[in-house]
Amino acid sequence: MQFGIFTVGDLTTDPTTGRTPTEHERIKATVAIAKKAEEVGLDVFATGEHHNPPFVPSAPTTTLAYIAAQTSTIQLSTATTLITTTDPVRIAEDYATLQHLSDGRMDLMLGRGNTGPVYPWFGKDIRDGIPLAIENYALLRRLWREENVDWEGKYRTPLQGFTSTPRPLDGEAPFVWHGSIRSPEIAEQAAYYGDGFFSNHIFWPASHTARMVEFYRQRFEHYGHGKAEDAIVGLGGQVYLARNSQDAVREFRPYFENAPVYGHGPSLEEFSRETPLTVGSPQEVIERTLSFKKYAGNYQRQLFLVDHAGLPLSTVLHQLDLLGEVVAELRKHDVEVAA
Amino acid sequence: MRLVGGSPGADVRRIAVVTAGLSDPSSTRLLADLLGDATKAALEEGGRAAEVEVIELRPLAHAITDALLTGFPTGDVAAAVEVVASADAVIAVTPVFSASYSGLFKTFFDILEPETLDGMPVMIAATAGSARHSLVLDHALRPLFGYLRAVVVPTGVFAASEDWGSDRGAAGDLRHRVDRAAGQLADLVVARPALHRPDPFGDVPDFASLLGS
Repeated sequence: MQFGIFTVGDLTTDPTTGRTPTEHERIKATVAIAKKAEEVGLDVFATGEHHNPPFVPSAPTTTLAYIAAQTSTIQLSTATTLITTTDPVRIAEDYATLQHLSDGRMDLMLGRGNTGPVYPWFGKDIRDGIPLAIENYALLRRLWREENVDWEGKYRTPLQGFTSTPRPLDGEAPFVWHGSIRSPEIAEQAAYYGDGFFSNHIFWPASHTARMVEFYRQRFEHYGHGKAEDAIVGLGGQVYLARNSQDAVREFRPYFENAPVYGHGPSLEEFSRETPLTVGSPQEVIERTLSFKKYAGNYQRQLFLVDHAGLPLSTVLHQLDLLGEVVAELRKHDVEVAA
Repeated sequence: MRLVGGSPGADVRRIAVVTAGLSDPSSTRLLADLLGDATKAALEEGGRAAEVEVIELRPLAHAITDALLTGFPTGDVAAAVEVVASADAVIAVTPVFSASYSGLFKTFFDILEPETLDGMPVMIAATAGSARHSLVLDHALRPLFGYLRAVVVPTGVFAASEDWGSDRGAAGDLRHRVDRAAGQLADLVVARPALHRPDPFGDVPDFASLLGS
């Protein structure tokens, strides 16, 4: 089982100091966070993709390639690559290049994106989100697997005898996850191809994640890729750690209460109860994380969100030190389960 | 939430009453209870068992706002949403605020999944201090439920303060409107085919058809 972190890449004002990092600082911080993740023994670093303020990661493969050059073991990924508004030809080229530069130390997670205006900015319509994800990915797969592609679809100009370069490293297309918060069609797509399915997990109640994952597992088996329990599942998570629980809650509360997504809404305690958010000691995070298997089954990848809501870089790096300890413990449990 | 009579069973028609009154006692709640009881009586008159479940929005107000902000309802709000979604009919009653339904009333319907009221028999009702507001039913509530693809009964029930008076109150005009609306709602409930609730997982098309779409 892999453990890692995923970042949204938001530029958010630190509510405790009123300071907002510059784009330059945020981009450099992203690199520092990824390097630290490797140093503390995490397996995966994934970045989001956004094309509007207050987010910085519009060019994920540029950032990931730069990180690849400064790391040696960590797997580089996305959360998510926008399969709806990005030309699948550009995805094929960019990520194959990243695959070569990182010596294969990469994969990617496809997502639709939910920011309405981004679609028209890229000449698309948000109401076509699912059909775009399906058609574009069908093309992306062919571009990585076939040398001369003749293709015609609804959403981009036709291709005649097109060869996407560079060809995937050793002829192996990068591994693909399909990420979704709440669309069963995306779980169906992941199952159809035998790709990974990643449930965002952190913005919705666990009961919903359990249904999505179970649906994906059943369909994975239905399409003949193996047993339901062997389907390739990833889950999001969200933690804030301190040596003791009270300090964690006290330190994180101002960030929680002002967080862009759920701030000014439910209390930290309510949101912790309803979603996987865990604010507490390393032992509490270990126990909560282990509990995900009770409803999601054995799964392959756990990503945590640790660098959002205006948390300063120094705090995030300290969080990663603690998360490294947590993951070392989680690995022991993982071995026990496997044995 | 309070269960007003009836007993659960396969043939029992379930009426969800959503009331957005803020005071206690509330004339909105009073009207809601009149409408719920009258609808139950109309169904029973036609030989159908019925049960009425009343959802008071006031105690859920904070949690409804949380659901608006997070995108998912929890706890008592999730239970209230489920009562509405699984009902055979909905009676929606709001006080008039600033020439329309109250914000709390609208927010509750905003947090429902988009298909929840598709084809649902709905009765609309409102209360205010003056009969001058009575067109709120047809200018605000009816378009809202039309958008949600509910089937709204022709009679909307409006109760101004004066309607609660002895001559033209519960025993007079208001009672007449309540009974007429209840009869219309009961007819729709009886005529409505077996409840089909959309299943987001069961209704996913096979991938081959998604590819071909």
